[in-house]
Amino acid sequence: MSPRRELPTDPMVREIVRQARAWQVGRRGFLAGAGASAAALALAACSTGTSAPPTAAKDNSASDKTLNWANWPAYIDEDDDGNYPTLDAFEQQTGISVNYLVDVDDNNTYYAKVRDQLALGQDIGADTVCLTEWMVARLIRFGYVQDLDEANIPNKKNLTATLADPDFDPGRAKSLPWQGGFGGICWNKEALPDGIRTVSDLWNPELKGRVGVLSEMRDTLGLIMLENGVDITGDWGSDEFQAAMDTFSEQVASGQIAAVKGNSYLEDLASENTLAAICWSGDITVLNAESGDKWEFMVPEAGGTFWNDTFVVPVGSTRKTNAETLMNYYYEPEVAAQVAAWVNYVTPVAGAKEAAEAIDPELAANQLIFPDDDTLSTVHPFRSLTAQEETEFQAEFQKVLLG
Amino acid sequence: MAIAAFAPTTAGAPQGETKRGGRTALFLLIPCIAYLALFFLAPLISLVLTSFQAPRLYGDIGQYDYAFRWENYADVIGEYWPQILRSFGCALAATVIALIISYPLAYFIGVTMRRYSLAQSLLLVLVVAPFFISFLLRTLAWKQILSNESPIVHALQAVSLLGPGEYFIGSPAAVIFGLVYNFVPFMTLPLYASLERLDSRLLEAGSDLYANAFTTFRTVTLPLSIPGIVSGTLLTFIPAAGDYINASRDFLGSPDTSMLGNAVEANFLVLQNFPAAAALSIILMGAILILVAVYVRRSGTDELV
Repeated sequence: MSPRRELPTDPMVREIVRQARAWQVGRRGFLAGAGASAAALALAACSTGTSAPPTAAKDNSASDKTLNWANWPAYIDEDDDGNYPTLDAFEQQTGISVNYLVDVDDNNTYYAKVRDQLALGQDIGADTVCLTEWMVARLIRFGYVQDLDEANIPNKKNLTATLADPDFDPGRAKSLPWQGGFGGICWNKEALPDGIRTVSDLWNPELKGRVGVLSEMRDTLGLIMLENGVDITGDWGSDEFQAAMDTFSEQVASGQIAAVKGNSYLEDLASENTLAAICWSGDITVLNAESGDKWEFMVPEAGGTFWNDTFVVPVGSTRKTNAETLMNYYYEPEVAAQVAAWVNYVTPVAGAKEAAEAIDPELAANQLIFPDDDTLSTVHPFRSLTAQEETEFQAEFQKVLLG
Repeated sequence: MAIAAFAPTTAGAPQGETKRGGRTALFLLIPCIAYLALFFLAPLISLVLTSFQAPRLYGDIGQYDYAFRWENYADVIGEYWPQILRSFGCALAATVIALIISYPLAYFIGVTMRRYSLAQSLLLVLVVAPFFISFLLRTLAWKQILSNESPIVHALQAVSLLGPGEYFIGSPAAVIFGLVYNFVPFMTLPLYASLERLDSRLLEAGSDLYANAFTTFRTVTLPLSIPGIVSGTLLTFIPAAGDYINASRDFLGSPDTSMLGNAVEANFLVLQNFPAAAALSIILMGAILILVAVYVRRSGTDELV
């Protein structure tokens, strides 16, 4: 070893250098350490592959009067100051302070963000979150959500009968719908004064390059399957799916369909890049209110899709009772009517229509918000897919989207 | 080979010096090494391990087990070769166009405006100004400007650059346009840095020796600015090849224009096919590393990068 240099005279610097020398690590030691940490990291990476469902966190609701609620944008009543009137009323009534997070922009992206925490049973930053049914079905399959306690949600009796017993969650033991909507068709009334009536009308050569569809597979392919005469709720298989897939990929390849998008399809309608589209019911009402009354929505003649965004309590949440109290509150018909009037989606709460009649009879007659039995008979939920189907169908759908 | 291209040339460094300061230097490097190990090496190991995972037998969506399934690489190349080629094609086109735009710009700022230092600084600020607004917002703004009913598209249709029923958004040209727009500053700044140091007496010497302007440019200016060109093209090409915003369906692209980044995104976020996404990322990384190594060797500027 080469002779050490004189230590500097400044006492502080001296001390620092002495400490530094004490900490010195030989090159071998360092390499060994680096190797060991790399190996440890590799092992740590491996360990996330376990598959035992996580256990639910302990409920601290009694002492912890807070709640984090993750939801989609523009999905709750909002006043001009950006407050949420129904939520404020809930906080006053129950003393639970709610942190409302506009965190969900896409089922898949949200899932990708939280899946590791869910698998480890950790808190995902939300005590309740509203995701679309098919994603909720996946969460339930994996054991990522907690059982709901009916005793805390007496208003569950107000749940619309048609939604009470879905195939993915018999008896609604773990989930409760928040809002629903229809997948249908819409068009620009100025550009297309005659309108369109069926999904096949979208394939009119005059609309080439001006048609948009949703990147939500179940809505886009569901509508095409309905057009092909398939009962999407019933027992269909990969032949029926394939037939719809062929139509879809042909229209994308020919350039008839120019846009395949999620929530951002509204920008394309507003900028008139898209003149006719497969879209969601509530959005068109909002778009007309914001950018002039130019668009019209319709459930196609062959039928539309019906989906619901659904409350669940993730395994890692320690505030389940608070979440249940919130659900119970939003299942009061009067509250549900107030929310429905603002978000323009279909409320799952029976009695909300009557409550809305008291506020605004015209609103109560709107079939896209308070559908009657005739309207409900034209829309169909997409049946749950098995894990294998989900993997296969999504892969084919994405293949078309990637060109 | 790739590593060698990046290795600094230490042959000339005095050996005794390094030995004496070795341990202290190593100690001082610990934070940096720890940082790299934690945020670069560990994710890289995890990425490589993930890329060899195999789907679990009778498993649900997104369930994979550690294995050595090298077929993942063959599978993704077979499935996504158009996107891979498109990525490199678009990135190359964008780099060349950005160079053509940036070189005169950097020359103007760095050489022509040399005497007016205030104007020079203002011009530099203008080059950097777009960074004050988010990348996503600027790309969305272009989407609005170039939308189907916009005056620009109508004008292009009027002069038959776009046929009836053809639009700009969603075409490969739109994606390359977006890449060029977003990466021009990365090309301009290194070019400026090397041209700004250009000794104007050398240009005078060139004309004294009866060289015309073009010959002077070819034999004096261009060789002296090679370091700027190399770093500018690297700073443009590497991120452009991995870019997935411009080519995304939600921005300037369409299904016909999706690049490798979009395939990674779809596999990771939607399909939950992590091994495929990881294998694609490693292919992208490897391909860029090889291309860049060859490029740096060829341009003979190893010491400068």
